[in-house]
Amino acid sequence: MNFSEYAWLIVFSPFIGFLINGLVGRKFSEKTIGLIGSLASTLSFVISVLIFFQYSALSQKAPIQIDLFKWIVAGGINVSIGYQIDSLSLVMVLVVTGVGSLIHFYSIGYMHGEKGFARYFAYLNLFMFSMLNLVLGNNILLMFLGWEGVGLCSYLLIGYYYETDYAPTAGKKAFIVNRIGDFGFLIGIFLIIQNFGTLNFTELSTVVAKGTSVGNDTIFWITLMLFVGATGKSAQIPLYVWLPDAMAGPTPVSALIHAATMVTSGVYMIARLSFLYVLAPETMAIVAFVGGATALFAATIGTQQNDIKKVLAYSTVSQLGFMFMAVGVGAFTAGIFHLVTHAFFKALLFLGSGSIIYALHHEQDMRNMGGLRKKLPVTFFTFLMGTLAIAGTPFFSGFFSKDEILWKVFNYSSLLFWMGALAAMLTSFYMFRLVFMTFFGEMRYHEHGGHHVHESPAVMTVPLIILAVLSVFGGFMGIPHVLDVFHVGNYFEHFLSSSVKDSLPIVFGTKEEWGTMSLSVIIAIIGFTIAYVIYLKKKYVPGDDSTIKGYKKVIYNKYYVDEMYERTVISGTIRISKTVYEYFDKLVIDGIVNGVGKSIRRIGEGIRGTQTGLVRDYMLTMIIGVSIMLVYVLVNKFMMIRL
Amino acid sequence: MFGDLPILSIITFLPVAGIVILLFIDSKKNSLINTVATATGFVTFILSVPLFFAYQENTGGYQFVEKYKWLESFGISFHVGMDGISLLLVLLTTMLSLIAIISSYTAITSRYKEYMITLLLLQVGMTGVFLAMDLFLFYIFWEIILIPMYLLIGVWGGKERVYASIKFFLYTLTGSTMMLIAIIYMAYMVKAQTGTISFDFIDIFKLKIDPSIQVILFLAFALGFAIKVPLFPFHTWLPDAHTEAPTAGSVILAGVLLKMGTYGFLRFNIPLFPDATVQLAPYMMWLSIIGIIYGALMAMIQPDVKKLVAYSSVSHLGFVMLGIFALNEEGLTGGILQMINHGISTGMLFLLVGMIYERTHTRMIEDYGGIAKAVPVFATFMMIASLSSIGLPGMNGFIGEILIMTGAFLSRPVYGILAASGVILAAVYMLWMYQRVMFGPMKHAKNSNLKDLNFREVAILIPLVALIMWIGVYPQALTVKYQKSVKDLMQLKSSRISSTADSIKN
Repeated sequence: MNFSEYAWLIVFSPFIGFLINGLVGRKFSEKTIGLIGSLASTLSFVISVLIFFQYSALSQKAPIQIDLFKWIVAGGINVSIGYQIDSLSLVMVLVVTGVGSLIHFYSIGYMHGEKGFARYFAYLNLFMFSMLNLVLGNNILLMFLGWEGVGLCSYLLIGYYYETDYAPTAGKKAFIVNRIGDFGFLIGIFLIIQNFGTLNFTELSTVVAKGTSVGNDTIFWITLMLFVGATGKSAQIPLYVWLPDAMAGPTPVSALIHAATMVTSGVYMIARLSFLYVLAPETMAIVAFVGGATALFAATIGTQQNDIKKVLAYSTVSQLGFMFMAVGVGAFTAGIFHLVTHAFFKALLFLGSGSIIYALHHEQDMRNMGGLRKKLPVTFFTFLMGTLAIAGTPFFSGFFSKDEILWKVFNYSSLLFWMGALAAMLTSFYMFRLVFMTFFGEMRYHEHGGHHVHESPAVMTVPLIILAVLSVFGGFMGIPHVLDVFHVGNYFEHFLSSSVKDSLPIVFGTKEEWGTMSLSVIIAIIGFTIAYVIYLKKKYVPGDDSTIKGYKKVIYNKYYVDEMYERTVISGTIRISKTVYEYFDKLVIDGIVNGVGKSIRRIGEGIRGTQTGLVRDYMLTMIIGVSIMLVYVLVNKFMMIRL
Repeated sequence: MFGDLPILSIITFLPVAGIVILLFIDSKKNSLINTVATATGFVTFILSVPLFFAYQENTGGYQFVEKYKWLESFGISFHVGMDGISLLLVLLTTMLSLIAIISSYTAITSRYKEYMITLLLLQVGMTGVFLAMDLFLFYIFWEIILIPMYLLIGVWGGKERVYASIKFFLYTLTGSTMMLIAIIYMAYMVKAQTGTISFDFIDIFKLKIDPSIQVILFLAFALGFAIKVPLFPFHTWLPDAHTEAPTAGSVILAGVLLKMGTYGFLRFNIPLFPDATVQLAPYMMWLSIIGIIYGALMAMIQPDVKKLVAYSSVSHLGFVMLGIFALNEEGLTGGILQMINHGISTGMLFLLVGMIYERTHTRMIEDYGGIAKAVPVFATFMMIASLSSIGLPGMNGFIGEILIMTGAFLSRPVYGILAASGVILAAVYMLWMYQRVMFGPMKHAKNSNLKDLNFREVAILIPLVALIMWIGVYPQALTVKYQKSVKDLMQLKSSRISSTADSIKN
């Protein structure tokens, strides 16, 4: 049996779940709704796994095409609803459906008792459907469908608590900022149509492989414009501002959409089009440095946040920066590898924070936490595993992937390497700061009225445990060359090589590789130690917002970037529009019209009288009207004769 | 399929039969009036649907043609025919007219019979406009529409209805006067070139018109059409007319009437004045782009939901015009599709605004806030209509917009880039409005008792949702119908460009 023939089912299974829960879900019990949603996603995962095993057994890993039907055909556009299976899309599909399914199950517990339970699962399934179109689509337009589709679901799920003010505002912000990015993406698409005449990935890469006549400048603009789209979706400078606000959504949503899957779309897109990007070294440099700057910048903000989800949000922005750094320097494999391990440990961390928030009845401020390790043992232990992984503890998954990125970046630019290294140190610092503030020290949460803090149910802790195992051991699929004592090889790189190949030349030798690796371990230890001294030994707890002063205040307020955007772009546009409306639309255009019509309006006042009449009056009016027109025609006829 | 049946005349004039019956009905018997009007609309719609399948897209051109002698000495005949473009527009007309009738059951409280007669008369005019192949006949239908629409706004409209209706009347009349002069001038040109006067499209099409005269004629036609579209800066009648018109009036106005303008450009300006078209296309495109951005910015700051949707139409019709005057396959295909899309999405938006207005008697955004909680079904339909309107992929609007923007970009990159910025703005004004109306805490306590949509309301919205999704996923079902027409238009353009080049060489 050839499972890849059923690839369409991967995409459409969640869609069916969406339809069921969206249309009739309100009539079902929570359990039914949750199971429909989760199983729809799990079915996709199972098919993906079956296809994966079949595909990885192939000796010739050519992309498998499944074209369903022609979608848009006109002139230079000719695209299908069609899917492409190759090693890259398989990796993505496994992450999306695997982590996605775990989060679906977790949500059954987390969302228990919430209003709109069916709505939640419908949106979650719709998200899966969109995301799978994004990663499996065999052309850029279908990818764009998924791209905007996930944006929509993100909008809907961020604004899930729609009776509040902040949640819908955050959702709208996310959608609009993403649309600004998509503006760039669209221009990239237009340029590709104009210059290549195809939007199909395989056809494009064939054209490029044959040697294209399209100029370097054009390819620079294509890749850059698409990257603008990526800065929106993947929350990079300057369009990262929506992601921290997106934490207004339910926590499992943050884990799925705003950590593990959707936000990594930009990295995937660049890897998917790596054959174009390698032809535009300037764009690659921009990607790398934007990634590096974002990694560092977001990490500094992460060090001063007190909301547990905000720390993780900035951490995500920062980690995405690492991925862009990797793909920017041409280490596509390393970027995708970090994408995968990050999906494990960041989903774990978010779900862990969700478990805390669930236990503390929606308390998210770490200043009101502390000492939770005894109350929430499973959450604590799994969270610790996630923290060790992201901090880069040797042999944890994050260590392999982050170290590989730093090593590759070192071969590209030492400045970028140091930016990454500093960001890595801050990562270790803010993550242990988070752990110490929440799980250690005194318990600062006040249990009120019979609500005792206790561990979450199994439907939530089991996904945590599975993700913890993946976070700890997941890195072994991509063992770096120098550590490969048993010569098993870098499985991940090998598997991906049939669809994505690194373009970065490795200029340094084994000695330097050991050097960067040791350095990244030392860095992690430094970050840990600082956090340990401040937050565990000195038991420091940040004061109220009003007591935060100096540089900390600037960082705590995220460098006031949001305020700057608000005051310039947003109010500026509104002010200009209002002025134009008042003075141009109403005064100039309507002024002319009204001036002309003023005298005739008096006649109009007369007409008003006839409007009270019966239908025959109207008919009469009409007949008179038509007669006038006929007379008019005749008059004109005579005029014409003179012409 | 239809044999010798004069199907186009039947579809055009069937509503007249309904009008005649209504004239004999006691104006107090509302339910009987409903039945007659709805049955008329329904039968017309049902009769028009088989045309979609009967139209031979491979043959293309005008089909189901009927030609009867009329005012022979003036060279005027009753000549109607249908090509792929008019096919879709006629179907849109019959569908939206039926929906408009059904949506009015409870919305209209005074002069019910006259109201239904007016709606049916409007339908006759609109169908005729899309089918007429004689320019005089076209003009008659074009002018017929003016009167019922004027009455619809002026009699059944809102507070400022008199101002709005007169503004509408004057604007449109100004435009059509210029068009009439141009039509008559061309009829006499036929006489000058062939010896007999004729208003027939085929005869006029064969005219050889000097490019400089073409420009004048183009502009004379364009004024009438541009006002109807409306193309910036001829748009200011639209927000007033839309806001004051009753719901069904807005639906018809946005859904069909505006398309008469864009249809006019496609049917007359481009084929009859190809040299002028090529020459003036850049100006048309710039005006379209200004309209896209301008309409969106104006929509953003409107405190009135209906006015917001009205200004969004200015923006969307800018897209349609941009696609048409890109004069390439992508642009034309997208522009024509977007005419249909806009009819569906904006028609649906106006229906929804009307439904909530019926309950609250206010259109002001500030009078809402947090109502999604009270009316979840309404909120869901509103979300679908909004997303369709902002061109979300998977829905109809996206297909039209991406084709238009590609066409514009291929024509000249700056056009495509500027148009794409309209996509951002659309998300801004639509989602901002949606949020202020639907989300947040319930702002006004009295809104918490709002009744959600009833069965009749849901029933007229569902077909629109189905169309939104269907076109979004399988747009080819529609685009193949008019592919040949698009190719013909492009053929025209390329032949003219080469002939111009030849004449320069000579």
